[in-house]
Amino acid sequence: MAINWFKYSSPASFYLLAGKMVPVFVFISVMLLIVGLYVGFFVAPTDFQQGEAYRIIFIHVPAAWMSMFLYVVMAFWAGIGLAFNTRLSSMFATAIAPTGAMFTFIALWTGALWGKPMWGTWWVWDARLTSELILFFLYIGFMSLQAAIDDPRRADKAGAIIALVGVINIPIIYFSVQWWNTLHQGASVSLNQAPAMATTMLTGMLIMVLASWMYSIAVILKRARVIILERESHTAWVAELHKKGAI
Amino acid sequence: MGGYGLYVWGSYVVTFMCIAGEILLISNRRRTLEKQYSHIEDLDNNETKNETTS
Repeated sequence: MAINWFKYSSPASFYLLAGKMVPVFVFISVMLLIVGLYVGFFVAPTDFQQGEAYRIIFIHVPAAWMSMFLYVVMAFWAGIGLAFNTRLSSMFATAIAPTGAMFTFIALWTGALWGKPMWGTWWVWDARLTSELILFFLYIGFMSLQAAIDDPRRADKAGAIIALVGVINIPIIYFSVQWWNTLHQGASVSLNQAPAMATTMLTGMLIMVLASWMYSIAVILKRARVIILERESHTAWVAELHKKGAI
Repeated sequence: MGGYGLYVWGSYVVTFMCIAGEILLISNRRRTLEKQYSHIEDLDNNETKNETTS
């Protein structure tokens, strides 16, 4: 039995599949959020140095990780769309950008609110903070460049260039705490050494990372479906769906 | 929050406002699209009606 790998690369079939997936990911993300916040606020102990302020970690780290991860995924789909001229891939990259920009803003905002009590300042031109700010500008640049071009297909191509060029910033953000002498602390969690965090703190944080991942999938699929409708409004299958009231 | 309430709740409140805002924006975008679509469909129906009567 030959598997048709490209079945869901057509906007019409992807639209229906995504419609079924959104509620599932919404449910999972809400459940994980409840558990994550419970562990974060009621199970994880007070930090002996930072007191209660460290509880910002349960939002700051997931947001920072998602901001980097979503940019890589966005650049991937933009690259696929550029290379293979597949409309849906580019639509998906366009759908990812706002959520990535939001998580980058949240990472910067919560970082500033954590930095004030701990470092005594809202902002410092530290390598980690500065490269994260550049990431925010890259997202904004991607979205405004695409909005500035009327023809969606040309906008996709232009956006893909900026997305692919900007990918170099992701390893810079990640390794900035090792390459430069930064005020921002090094990685508390890494794949090749034991975490420098209490277990319950780490558990709460990882649950919140999963919750933000599930949330991202749900919201991005939801936005992708709207983008598909916008771009395919002239097609027969959208007219059919609208007639059936199943849009 | 051990004196850090402003910072902790300032972080959480803004985060959940961003999330709520994002969800609202997508829903508005979809509603606008559906309105446009219904409007186009009404125009089509009127056109076909005019053709049959004339």
